[in-house]
Amino acid sequence: MPIHEKSLIRKENLVENENLVIDGVDVSGHWSTFITGRSLTDYNEAMEEEIAALPGGENIHRCWQCGSCTNACTVNAVNPEFNPRYWIYLIRLGMEEELLRDKDIIWQCVSCNKCTYACPRDVAPEGVMKATAHWLELKGHTPKSPSTEFDEEFSGQVIKTGKIEESRVIMNFFRRTEQPLAQPWLVALIKGLAFRFPVFYLMRMGMAVVRRPRTRNWAKSRRAINEYVQEVEAANRAAVGAKGGH
Amino acid sequence: MDGSDLKKVAYYPGCALEGTGHAYNRSTKAVGKSLGLELVELENWNCCGAMEVKNVDPKIQTYLSARNLSIAEDMGFDKVMAPCNGCYHNLKKAEYDLANDPKSVEVNERISAKAGHDAYKPGKVETIHALDWIKKAVGEEELAKRVQNSLKGIKVANYYGCMYTRPRHIFPEKDKGPGTESTAKPHFMDDILAAAGAENVEFPLKTACCGGAHSLSDSDMSTKLVLNIIETAEACGAEVIATECPTCHTGLEMHQVRAEKVLGRKTNVKILYFTQLLGMALGLSASKVGVQENLSDSRAFLKEKGLG
Repeated sequence: MPIHEKSLIRKENLVENENLVIDGVDVSGHWSTFITGRSLTDYNEAMEEEIAALPGGENIHRCWQCGSCTNACTVNAVNPEFNPRYWIYLIRLGMEEELLRDKDIIWQCVSCNKCTYACPRDVAPEGVMKATAHWLELKGHTPKSPSTEFDEEFSGQVIKTGKIEESRVIMNFFRRTEQPLAQPWLVALIKGLAFRFPVFYLMRMGMAVVRRPRTRNWAKSRRAINEYVQEVEAANRAAVGAKGGH
Repeated sequence: MDGSDLKKVAYYPGCALEGTGHAYNRSTKAVGKSLGLELVELENWNCCGAMEVKNVDPKIQTYLSARNLSIAEDMGFDKVMAPCNGCYHNLKKAEYDLANDPKSVEVNERISAKAGHDAYKPGKVETIHALDWIKKAVGEEELAKRVQNSLKGIKVANYYGCMYTRPRHIFPEKDKGPGTESTAKPHFMDDILAAAGAENVEFPLKTACCGGAHSLSDSDMSTKLVLNIIETAEACGAEVIATECPTCHTGLEMHQVRAEKVLGRKTNVKILYFTQLLGMALGLSASKVGVQENLSDSRAFLKEKGLG
């Protein structure tokens, strides 16, 4: 059975008769398993175009469903529900409801680009995953994922000063996602480092927090990038028909 | 790429090498010095966009990376060396996009004009990795002659990560036959460390992903991916995983600890930058190559092996 038909055999789509005799033959229980009929009428025909209009989604129309992306996928190996080929299929058909079943894992793409490496059609599935995750957020189907929170925190710092300072990104990220900074494994890591006492290293890290690294004469670049970001965000919102600030 | 013009190249360390990856910065410079290679740091560089900015918009990343390339050009260099896989990848990608995508060119020109500097034009500066730099500028034969403290008897798994080879199209110089790097089975790090005497193990996960992009935002996923890499390396007989990317390196170190704390799976393989191993082989001390700055402690192991 092709992957895109797997929804047909989902538990709720199967019927079984506990007691059934047909033409004198006992077909009770699983001998009488049927797939319920279905008719799809709620195709979202705009979905493919909307996702294709977001950065990374441009080449989705090129897909011919070979499955190389899913075969190569890092996340698929850990979680078989993570299936780029299936999602591309659903998006192209406009099967929004099916796609939304997986809305909470699509953002988990780790951008390893194995799919893009394997794809014979230059779909760049990694970009499509990012565009899809972005689309879900813009449409209000999902809240901002932890990944988006991290990207925004990181990018915000780069745009502001031209450089990043890692401990600041980490601290702000934990604050944004309301996680305690004192994760036991993080504590173990820092304790291990402090125990070995590379004074110079720790001092330099501390200094970077106080006097953050920055690129000189960055103000004009910052303004120019910010203007561009606003332009892109407005264009993205317009492309998916979303209103207001994101 | 001719070896002689690599004796002096522009150096783009990037943000990670000034933070968690400082040991890589230190060991790269120390190895360069010991091999008589000169690095000139880009003046007033900025972040390349790492793995995050492209998710806001890929063209901002193109601008950020292109600005660094134009600095290299202004300083009179036609080669810039970036040891960090993320930086290396982004600079390569900017070069590719500016040569092939008119929209990227337009946005880069627009932002550069507003920012008050010339927009970078493709074809002026070639980005190389620390692996290219050492292999091409010195070569295995010369390296082997300079080794004072052979890595003999140390079993190493060479781990290259994602961004050094993928996607293929941004690395036009790779996969060009003998002597060039392979995107499917990279071997430059293997070659360099073999010249330094190390015993490279057959390691199938050279270009597997450590989940670095989601190291903190999806820690459970990263821990699983890292644990798989580490346990496979151990199963292959490796005592050390040699790395060439600060994100991979920190990811492996962090999630090695996290796997022990959260999943109760303890592993013993040591994680060192390839420049640290090479540096010690060239006779530098462990502190010269920043072993004390790694998050994981490998000093006892190195002592036992007679290094550092």
